[in-house]
Amino acid sequence: MRITCPYCGERDRREFYYQGDAVALDRPDPEAGEAAWDDYIHNRDNPAGVTRDLWYHETGCGAWVVVTRNTVTHEVLSCELAQDAKEAGA
Amino acid sequence: MVELKAKTPCEGLLPIEVGDLRLSEVEAGFVTSVAAFKDKDAALSKALQAAHGLEMPAPNRVSEAGDARAIWFGPRMALLMGVSADPSLAAHGALTDQSDAWAVVRLEGARAADVLARLTPIDLRPGAFGPGSTARTELQHMQASITHLSDGTYQIMVFRAFAETLVHDLKTAMQGVAARQG
Repeated sequence: MRITCPYCGERDRREFYYQGDAVALDRPDPEAGEAAWDDYIHNRDNPAGVTRDLWYHETGCGAWVVVTRNTVTHEVLSCELAQDAKEAGA
Repeated sequence: MVELKAKTPCEGLLPIEVGDLRLSEVEAGFVTSVAAFKDKDAALSKALQAAHGLEMPAPNRVSEAGDARAIWFGPRMALLMGVSADPSLAAHGALTDQSDAWAVVRLEGARAADVLARLTPIDLRPGAFGPGSTARTELQHMQASITHLSDGTYQIMVFRAFAETLVHDLKTAMQGVAARQG
Protein backbone atom coordinates (compact mmCIF):
# COMPACT_ATOMS: atom_id res chain seq x y z
CA MET A 1 0.00 0.00 0.00
CA ARG A 2 1.28 3.45 -0.95
CA ILE A 3 0.11 6.72 0.56
CA THR A 4 0.75 10.06 -1.12
CA CYS A 5 1.82 12.52 1.57
CA PRO A 6 0.91 16.06 0.44
CA TYR A 7 4.44 17.15 1.37
CA CYS A 8 6.67 14.16 0.62
CA GLY A 9 4.89 12.53 -2.33
CA GLU A 10 4.15 8.83 -2.72
CA ARG A 11 5.56 6.84 0.18
CA ASP A 12 5.47 3.31 1.51
CA ARG A 13 2.79 2.48 4.07
CA ARG A 14 5.44 1.50 6.66
CA GLU A 15 6.36 5.15 7.14
CA PHE A 16 2.84 5.87 8.42
CA TYR A 17 1.05 5.21 11.70
CA TYR A 18 -2.68 4.47 11.56
CA GLN A 19 -4.76 6.46 14.03
CA GLY A 20 -8.35 5.60 13.10
CA ASP A 21 -11.54 7.09 11.68
CA ALA A 22 -11.26 10.75 10.65
CA VAL A 23 -14.23 11.45 12.94
CA ALA A 24 -11.64 12.98 15.29
CA LEU A 25 -11.73 16.07 13.06
CA ASP A 26 -15.44 16.58 13.87
CA ARG A 27 -15.33 16.92 17.63
CA PRO A 28 -18.80 17.84 18.92
CA ASP A 29 -19.51 20.94 20.94
CA PRO A 30 -19.04 20.36 24.71
CA GLU A 31 -22.76 20.97 25.17
CA ALA A 32 -23.84 18.80 22.24
CA GLY A 33 -25.42 16.24 24.54
CA GLU A 34 -24.83 12.60 25.45
CA ALA A 35 -25.94 11.07 22.17
CA ALA A 36 -23.50 13.16 20.10
CA TRP A 37 -20.61 12.40 22.47
CA ASP A 38 -21.49 8.71 22.64
CA ASP A 39 -21.34 8.62 18.84
CA TYR A 40 -18.08 10.55 18.72
CA ILE A 41 -16.28 8.42 21.26
CA HIS A 42 -17.66 4.92 20.78
CA ASN A 43 -19.62 4.35 17.59
CA ARG A 44 -17.80 3.59 14.37
CA ASP A 45 -19.04 2.33 11.05
CA ASN A 46 -17.23 -0.61 9.53
CA PRO A 47 -17.88 0.11 5.86
CA ALA A 48 -17.29 -2.28 2.99
CA GLY A 49 -16.33 0.51 0.65
CA VAL A 50 -15.06 4.05 0.99
CA THR A 51 -13.73 5.14 4.38
CA ARG A 52 -11.81 8.13 5.72
CA ASP A 53 -8.99 7.62 8.24
CA LEU A 54 -6.37 9.68 9.98
CA TRP A 55 -2.77 8.63 9.41
CA TYR A 56 0.43 10.09 10.81
CA HIS A 57 3.57 10.31 8.66
CA GLU A 58 5.58 9.03 11.58
CA THR A 59 9.00 8.23 10.16
CA GLY A 60 8.58 10.88 7.47
CA CYS A 61 7.75 14.55 7.81
CA GLY A 62 5.42 14.30 10.82
CA ALA A 63 2.28 15.52 9.03
CA TRP A 64 -1.20 14.24 9.95
CA VAL A 65 -3.10 13.27 6.84
CA VAL A 66 -6.65 12.18 5.97
CA VAL A 67 -6.64 9.18 3.66
CA THR A 68 -9.78 8.28 1.74
CA ARG A 69 -9.60 4.66 0.67
CA ASN A 70 -11.77 1.74 -0.38
CA THR A 71 -11.70 -1.21 2.00
CA VAL A 72 -12.97 -3.58 -0.70
CA THR A 73 -10.61 -2.76 -3.57
CA HIS A 74 -7.76 -1.43 -1.36
CA GLU A 75 -7.65 1.58 -3.64
CA VAL A 76 -6.33 4.80 -2.07
CA LEU A 77 -8.59 7.51 -3.47
CA SER A 78 -7.14 10.68 -1.99
CA CYS A 79 -4.88 12.06 0.68
CA GLU A 80 -4.98 15.55 2.18
CA LEU A 81 -3.46 17.33 5.18
CA ALA A 82 -5.63 16.93 8.27
CA GLN A 83 -5.19 20.65 8.86
CA ASP A 84 -6.69 21.46 5.44
CA ALA A 85 -9.51 18.96 5.92
CA LYS A 86 -10.33 20.48 9.30
CA GLU A 87 -10.31 24.03 7.99
CA ALA A 88 -12.43 23.06 4.98
CA GLY A 89 -14.98 21.42 7.30
CA ALA A 90 -15.09 24.29 9.77
CA MET B 1 39.78 17.79 38.41
CA VAL B 2 37.86 15.69 35.91
CA GLU B 3 38.63 16.54 32.34
CA LEU B 4 35.67 16.16 30.01
CA LYS B 5 36.40 15.35 26.42
CA ALA B 6 33.94 15.96 23.61
CA LYS B 7 33.12 12.83 21.60
CA THR B 8 31.44 12.86 18.24
CA PRO B 9 28.49 10.41 17.90
CA CYS B 10 30.40 8.01 15.63
CA GLU B 11 33.81 8.29 17.29
CA GLY B 12 35.65 4.98 17.06
CA LEU B 13 33.17 3.65 14.49
CA LEU B 14 34.12 5.56 11.35
CA PRO B 15 35.47 5.92 8.73
CA ILE B 16 35.02 2.58 7.02
CA GLU B 17 35.62 1.53 3.43
CA VAL B 18 34.11 -1.47 1.68
CA GLY B 19 35.18 -1.89 -1.94
CA ASP B 20 34.85 1.54 -3.51
CA LEU B 21 32.20 2.59 -1.00
CA ARG B 22 33.19 4.93 1.79
CA LEU B 23 31.32 5.90 4.95
CA SER B 24 32.62 8.75 7.09
CA GLU B 25 31.40 10.96 9.88
CA VAL B 26 30.46 14.58 9.28
CA GLU B 27 31.34 16.93 12.11
CA ALA B 28 28.18 18.95 11.83
CA GLY B 29 29.05 21.85 14.14
CA PHE B 30 26.08 24.12 14.72
CA VAL B 31 22.74 22.51 13.88
CA THR B 32 19.57 24.53 14.42
CA SER B 33 15.99 23.70 13.51
CA VAL B 34 14.10 26.68 12.14
CA ALA B 35 10.29 26.47 12.17
CA ALA B 36 8.14 29.32 10.87
CA PHE B 37 5.59 30.91 13.19
CA LYS B 38 2.03 31.05 11.91
CA ASP B 39 1.78 33.18 8.73
CA LYS B 40 5.48 34.08 8.99
CA ASP B 41 6.81 31.72 6.30
CA ALA B 42 7.68 34.45 3.80
CA ALA B 43 9.17 36.72 6.46
CA LEU B 44 11.31 33.88 7.80
CA SER B 45 12.60 33.01 4.35
CA LYS B 46 13.47 36.68 3.81
CA ALA B 47 15.30 36.89 7.14
CA LEU B 48 17.20 33.70 6.32
CA GLN B 49 18.19 35.20 2.98
CA ALA B 50 19.38 38.39 4.65
CA ALA B 51 21.32 36.65 7.43
CA HIS B 52 22.76 33.59 5.69
CA GLY B 53 22.15 34.11 1.97
CA LEU B 54 19.75 31.21 1.49
CA GLU B 55 16.00 30.71 1.31
CA MET B 56 13.80 28.36 3.29
CA PRO B 57 14.00 25.17 1.24
CA ALA B 58 10.94 23.90 -0.62
CA PRO B 59 9.61 20.51 0.56
CA ASN B 60 12.11 17.72 -0.14
CA ARG B 61 14.81 20.16 -1.24
CA VAL B 62 18.03 21.65 0.11
CA SER B 63 19.25 25.23 -0.22
CA GLU B 64 22.93 26.07 0.08
CA ALA B 65 25.11 29.17 0.21
CA GLY B 66 28.80 28.84 1.03
CA ASP B 67 29.16 26.86 4.28
CA ALA B 68 25.50 27.28 5.18
CA ARG B 69 22.99 24.62 4.26
CA ALA B 70 19.26 24.47 5.00
CA ILE B 71 17.70 21.03 4.72
CA TRP B 72 13.92 20.66 4.53
CA PHE B 73 13.05 18.84 7.73
CA GLY B 74 9.27 18.71 7.84
CA PRO B 75 6.24 20.91 7.24
CA ARG B 76 7.33 24.56 7.42
CA MET B 77 10.60 23.57 9.06
CA ALA B 78 14.25 23.43 8.01
CA LEU B 79 17.48 22.32 9.61
CA LEU B 80 20.19 24.95 9.36
CA MET B 81 23.72 23.50 9.34
CA GLY B 82 27.22 24.85 8.97
CA VAL B 83 26.53 28.23 10.56
CA SER B 84 25.33 29.52 13.91
CA ALA B 85 21.74 30.68 13.38
CA ASP B 86 21.44 34.46 13.35
CA PRO B 87 19.31 35.79 16.26
CA SER B 88 17.29 37.89 13.78
CA LEU B 89 15.54 34.69 12.64
CA ALA B 90 13.91 34.32 16.06
CA ALA B 91 11.44 37.12 15.21
CA HIS B 92 9.77 34.93 12.56
CA GLY B 93 10.29 31.37 13.68
CA ALA B 94 11.19 29.01 16.50
CA LEU B 95 14.91 28.24 16.67
CA THR B 96 16.02 25.11 18.49
CA ASP B 97 19.65 24.22 19.02
CA GLN B 98 20.11 20.62 17.86
CA SER B 99 23.91 20.58 17.80
CA ASP B 100 25.23 17.21 19.05
CA ALA B 101 21.71 15.73 18.85
CA TRP B 102 22.21 13.99 15.51
CA ALA B 103 24.64 11.43 14.16
CA VAL B 104 25.61 12.72 10.73
CA VAL B 105 27.41 10.52 8.22
CA ARG B 106 28.37 10.71 4.58
CA LEU B 107 28.13 7.79 2.19
CA GLU B 108 30.12 8.02 -1.04
CA GLY B 109 30.63 5.74 -4.00
CA ALA B 110 29.23 4.97 -7.41
CA ARG B 111 26.83 2.43 -5.88
CA ALA B 112 25.88 4.44 -2.80
CA ALA B 113 22.24 4.53 -3.93
CA ASP B 114 22.21 0.71 -4.06
CA VAL B 115 23.33 0.64 -0.43
CA LEU B 116 20.55 3.00 0.64
CA ALA B 117 18.00 1.08 -1.43
CA ARG B 118 18.53 -1.87 0.94
CA LEU B 119 17.60 0.23 3.95
CA THR B 120 14.97 2.80 3.00
CA PRO B 121 11.67 2.56 1.08
CA ILE B 122 12.00 5.86 -0.83
CA ASP B 123 12.52 6.06 -4.59
CA LEU B 124 16.24 6.77 -5.03
CA ARG B 125 16.36 6.82 -8.81
CA PRO B 126 18.02 9.96 -10.23
CA GLY B 127 14.76 11.28 -11.67
CA ALA B 128 13.06 11.15 -8.28
CA PHE B 129 15.96 11.84 -5.91
CA GLY B 130 18.73 13.69 -7.73
CA PRO B 131 21.37 15.95 -6.14
CA GLY B 132 19.73 18.67 -4.05
CA SER B 133 16.93 16.34 -2.93
CA THR B 134 16.26 15.44 0.67
CA ALA B 135 13.75 13.18 2.41
CA ARG B 136 12.46 12.54 5.88
CA THR B 137 12.06 8.81 5.78
CA GLU B 138 13.03 5.68 7.63
CA LEU B 139 16.31 3.81 7.53
CA GLN B 140 15.65 0.31 8.80
CA HIS B 141 13.36 1.37 11.66
CA MET B 142 15.02 4.66 12.49
CA GLN B 143 13.59 8.08 11.70
CA ALA B 144 16.13 9.57 9.34
CA SER B 145 16.94 12.49 7.11
CA ILE B 146 18.60 11.48 3.85
CA THR B 147 20.05 14.13 1.55
CA HIS B 148 21.59 13.68 -1.89
CA LEU B 149 24.45 16.20 -1.77
CA SER B 150 26.12 15.57 -5.12
CA ASP B 151 26.30 12.70 -7.58
CA GLY B 152 26.87 9.55 -5.52
CA THR B 153 27.33 11.39 -2.21
CA TYR B 154 24.61 11.18 0.44
CA GLN B 155 24.30 12.66 3.91
CA ILE B 156 22.38 10.55 6.39
CA MET B 157 21.21 11.73 9.81
CA VAL B 158 19.60 9.81 12.67
CA PHE B 159 19.23 10.60 16.37
CA ARG B 160 22.59 10.49 18.08
CA ALA B 161 21.60 7.53 20.27
CA PHE B 162 21.29 5.38 17.12
CA ALA B 163 24.81 6.07 15.83
CA GLU B 164 26.06 2.53 16.40
CA THR B 165 22.96 0.96 14.81
CA LEU B 166 23.25 3.32 11.86
CA VAL B 167 26.88 2.40 11.23
CA HIS B 168 26.15 -1.31 11.67
CA ASP B 169 23.21 -1.28 9.24
CA LEU B 170 25.05 0.78 6.64
CA LYS B 171 28.15 -1.39 6.91
CA THR B 172 26.13 -4.58 6.41
CA ALA B 173 24.40 -3.08 3.36
CA MET B 174 27.74 -1.84 1.95
CA GLN B 175 29.21 -5.34 2.30
CA GLY B 176 26.18 -6.83 0.54
CA VAL B 177 26.44 -4.43 -2.38
CA ALA B 178 30.22 -4.85 -2.65
CA ALA B 179 29.91 -8.66 -2.58
CA ARG B 180 27.49 -8.67 -5.49
CA GLN B 181 29.77 -6.34 -7.40
CA GLY B 182 32.85 -8.55 -6.88
